[in-house]
Amino acid sequence: MKTSPEKYTHIKGWGIDADPENDPTYPIKKRTDEEQAGYSWERPAQQPIDIEVLHSNERPNVSATFGTSTPPAGLSGAIRRFAFKYSESSYGHWVPLVLADRIDVVQGIMADLLKGTVPNIFAEMGWKADLKHNKKGLITKVIVTAVVTTAVIAWLSRKNEPKKSLLRG
Amino acid sequence: MLAMNFRGPFRVRADRDKPYPEIKHPDDAIIRVTRSCICGSDLHLYHGLVPDTRVGMTFGHEFTGIVEETGPGVQKLKVGDHVIVPFNIACGTCAFCNQQLYGNCHESNPSATAVGGIFGYSHTAGGYDGGQAEYVRVPYADVGPVVIPEGMDLDDAVLLTDVTPTGYQAAEMGGIQQGDTVVVFGAGPIGCMAAKCAWLFGAGRVIVIDHLEYRLEFVREYAQCEAYNFKSMDDPVVFLKKATDWLGADVCIDAVGCEAEGSKLQTLVGRKLPLTGGSATALHWAINSVKKGGIVSIVGVYGPLDSLVPIGNVVNKGLTIRANQASVKRLLPKLIDHVMAGRLNPKGLVTHRIPLEEVSDAYHIFSKKLDGCIKPILIPPAARA
Repeated sequence: MKTSPEKYTHIKGWGIDADPENDPTYPIKKRTDEEQAGYSWERPAQQPIDIEVLHSNERPNVSATFGTSTPPAGLSGAIRRFAFKYSESSYGHWVPLVLADRIDVVQGIMADLLKGTVPNIFAEMGWKADLKHNKKGLITKVIVTAVVTTAVIAWLSRKNEPKKSLLRG
Repeated sequence: MLAMNFRGPFRVRADRDKPYPEIKHPDDAIIRVTRSCICGSDLHLYHGLVPDTRVGMTFGHEFTGIVEETGPGVQKLKVGDHVIVPFNIACGTCAFCNQQLYGNCHESNPSATAVGGIFGYSHTAGGYDGGQAEYVRVPYADVGPVVIPEGMDLDDAVLLTDVTPTGYQAAEMGGIQQGDTVVVFGAGPIGCMAAKCAWLFGAGRVIVIDHLEYRLEFVREYAQCEAYNFKSMDDPVVFLKKATDWLGADVCIDAVGCEAEGSKLQTLVGRKLPLTGGSATALHWAINSVKKGGIVSIVGVYGPLDSLVPIGNVVNKGLTIRANQASVKRLLPKLIDHVMAGRLNPKGLVTHRIPLEEVSDAYHIFSKKLDGCIKPILIPPAARA
């Protein structure tokens, strides 16, 4: 930002070595001679805010445009609202958002089921491509899944057995 | 309409019941998509590494398309124009756009001040649905989109939305001087393009580091450079010091970002748990491999949390770090010229052309690096007719 040298007459040597050519921010910050004093530009028209928009607390407003994909909803939405009480500089912002994303996955499956759609998770994960390009990987995945599933079922069954015998006793 | 639908980490599908996009702002346009890429950074979303990525969103920030409808404020763009749409959404009037920082617009993303709006890139980047669909809403239509020049191949055009400008800006931010040795970490599409562009700035030697042999073979031919596999080295930093007369490279470019391989610790805390902004192995190596007083240019994408980097070495070596999302609009005129003159060949990166309906398989192929995949393009049904 331009400034007037008169303001600094009380500081001996102020600006004496200033070198506008020594600008390591080019081509990042300063590419043009445009000067901008703070948040003073003529803003574009505001997109009507007709959905819930969570905006960063590091800005005073909603940007002139915003995306309307997937507004916050359900439990994940409540967590996202909580997250936006904290700044982008805070773990209190990002960690709840990651948690909300994981909860959103469960909400997504429930929404599919409520619509009468059973999500084909294997197809969504692109396992068909493995059949064509990665048979070995697919076989490994199937075997690992089968072994883990069997182990879990066996473990659960074993845990139930003593309870049954206890009841009989 | 047909659109990619994110259902959770590693789960995406093509659904036919996504509502058509609407004009929401006077400066909007609706575009019928003709080509849409999957970007390496889409994989960060796909792998669940970007916070506030909501189920139901459509990804896709690299796309071309034909203007179907315009809002009342749109003056330059006309219905029927076939356009390149930059991945960043820029208003053209804020303080940052005025400095041609079109990747840092302050009027396109309410959710985060650190990043401008990006199509289909989570709510952290504005919550916009992206172009892996038949149609997409494009805000500020008079600012970003550029009409595809006559005679330009559509695959070249779609790679001008991100890959080419990001690779070019990686080299530009390196401040490459004639004869400089430039090391590029990552032989993905961006790394390949950065290596190719380094020559345009007068590099004397270009070295690419990766761990996938098929990509190293590819980049050697694509960018006429040296390429080495870090898995065959004891320590890539020592290797690079030896290769550069024991002083280090003049410029190092991180074209990998948050999913870098090569360090168990970084992989654990950055990708598996994840407790940091990603696995910063490539950046760590870049800082340690560059010459004292050198420049590290970062275009790899990282999450918003802290990352493990040797910042003490940055101080002690007197390094300059330059990083940004590419300013696509600023670079497009120059890059269109480079492509039309044959100096750059973006479409040479494309290895897979996949119907949009098979988006689940496309993501899996790209994510798992199957079938020699470098760059996949999704093609909607109408564009295949």
